[in-house]
Amino acid sequence: MNKKINIVDTTMRDGSHAMSHSYSPEQVRTIARGLDEAGVSIIEISHGDGLAGSSINYGFSATRDIELIREASGVIRHATLGALLIPGIGTIRDLQEAYDNGVRAVRIATHVTEADIAIEHIKAAKELNMFTVGFLMMIHMVEPEKILEQARIFVDQGVDYINLADSAGYLTPDAVKARIGILKENLDIPIGFHAHNNLGLAIANSMAAVEEGAEYIDGTCRGLGAGAGNCQEEVFVAVMNRMGIDTGVDMDRLMEVAEKDVDPIMLRPQKIDTASLMLGYSGVYSSFLLHARRAAEQFDVPVKEILVELGRRKMVGGQEDMIVDVAYALSQSKKHDQ
Amino acid sequence: MEKVKVAIIGPGNIGTDLMYKVMRSDVLQMDYMVGIVESEGIKRARGLGFKTSTEGVEAILGEKDIKIVFEATSAKAHLHNAPLLKAAGKVAIDMTPAAVGPYVVPCVNLDSLSDEMNFNMVTCGGQATVPIAYAINRVADSEYTEIVSCISSKSAGPGTRANIDEFTETTANALRTVAGADRSKAIIILNPADPPIMMINTIYSLVRNPDEEAIRRSVEEIVGRIRQYVPGYKLRTPPILDGNKVTVIIEVEGAGDFLPRYSGNLDIINSAAVEVASKIARRRFLETETGGM
Repeated sequence: MNKKINIVDTTMRDGSHAMSHSYSPEQVRTIARGLDEAGVSIIEISHGDGLAGSSINYGFSATRDIELIREASGVIRHATLGALLIPGIGTIRDLQEAYDNGVRAVRIATHVTEADIAIEHIKAAKELNMFTVGFLMMIHMVEPEKILEQARIFVDQGVDYINLADSAGYLTPDAVKARIGILKENLDIPIGFHAHNNLGLAIANSMAAVEEGAEYIDGTCRGLGAGAGNCQEEVFVAVMNRMGIDTGVDMDRLMEVAEKDVDPIMLRPQKIDTASLMLGYSGVYSSFLLHARRAAEQFDVPVKEILVELGRRKMVGGQEDMIVDVAYALSQSKKHDQ
Repeated sequence: MEKVKVAIIGPGNIGTDLMYKVMRSDVLQMDYMVGIVESEGIKRARGLGFKTSTEGVEAILGEKDIKIVFEATSAKAHLHNAPLLKAAGKVAIDMTPAAVGPYVVPCVNLDSLSDEMNFNMVTCGGQATVPIAYAINRVADSEYTEIVSCISSKSAGPGTRANIDEFTETTANALRTVAGADRSKAIIILNPADPPIMMINTIYSLVRNPDEEAIRRSVEEIVGRIRQYVPGYKLRTPPILDGNKVTVIIEVEGAGDFLPRYSGNLDIINSAAVEVASKIARRRFLETETGGM
């Protein structure tokens, strides 16, 4: 528990959801420079759904993520430039292009039960000598034993650490501890954690992960991210300072980045409203939020009903298309009732 | 009625399901199951009274009566077998990503490939989405088409899992070359829900002529044609227009021949392959069909 905690900044990846993928090259340069000076370990930049996520289904990027990566690459001096890759959305070709533009850390993410679809991508990243992370999403959907089984698939491929994501912001601290704990007990590899704040537990859950031995914690400035956002990084660093745990981050500089560079460009406050609370409560992938709001308007059905139904159907990350399917079905059954 | 003899190379799940589909055909005669080692699939075919061999493609090259061969192995195996089958005068229906021959989606472009000796079946997602993308493009002119294919985890075999990029790249390619979109993207999602979900595909297209009525008619027409060879294919959500964006959602339930009904993804590519073989059989070898091709 006295090890250094590495801060993985994902303001320009998960935060891209909340920005509706509208980051400009200028904004990215400014934020990346600030984060680099503040001393975070990894700066992750990609479309919210990973490299090449720009699409009708997830929203088009105003500026292609590769271009944003190139901008950041020009200003980062100390931190490692990272990217997210979700097999099924992005490909090894996209990974190569990211590498060619300066990315040196890649987190390869799958649904918590599907780690084996990432094997080829992990091999490709290792061949490029990249810092390679196996990333499991929606970890609330299975028991800790299943997570261990899937993490072993990543370990067998030689990943540098395993990251667990509570993508729906569903877990309570005890449940986070059980999931991090079983990996720490059984694997000889660093563990990371990615929180969402849909139940207001992002900081508490990240602390719980650290208490169980996690060494990499994802955060974003102002908590900017999908749903009610992520673990608010400047607050988390303050908490770590209080607890006497080293993050290597200059808290003053980080607060300045959050206040001066990120806060003014946010499209809306990062609050826990009814819809984002329902994400956490029903176990729905956080980035469904803004798409569900739009579908609710288009089909004139309550956003809460859409989210609850998506949770009931056990939709996984990336199934944004099912929001329209659900909204359409709800609107048809409403017509039928009238 | 006279039937055309076929062989299947690759006695795995796909090859075995193909065998059952061929057994139901009124124009194809299941004749030979070929593997490279003794296996459950070989035993099953033998038990049903068909010829079998574990000697690979060589076993059937001299069998003059076999006119059509399904290749349900791997891209590497088909690259080796394709020239041998061609030299032996056999039509190859390629279930692998080898893409030796052109992509074929029966209700879209089979009629324009009259002299081909090798047909590539694209991907399961391609067979499910290219017809809709084609139906939209022919009346609305697609500048960009994107599909999201969601299949149950249980129906994704080791081949699919190890080659996820091949699925997205091949499918995206067929959305342009077969369905006619200017640009394209394909996404695949595996969903582990239990009981397993049916295969669901969403087709989005940004079009130049967003004529809702024309798009709806065109999509319904093509769905009717697919249902002739994939009865479990249905529209979940008819074309929805939002400005110039068209959204269509379809579901595929399998026929349950050998594979479970939730494996609509495997069923549709196999059903499409048998449809190709049946049409070829009628037109080239039985001459029972007039016109066309």
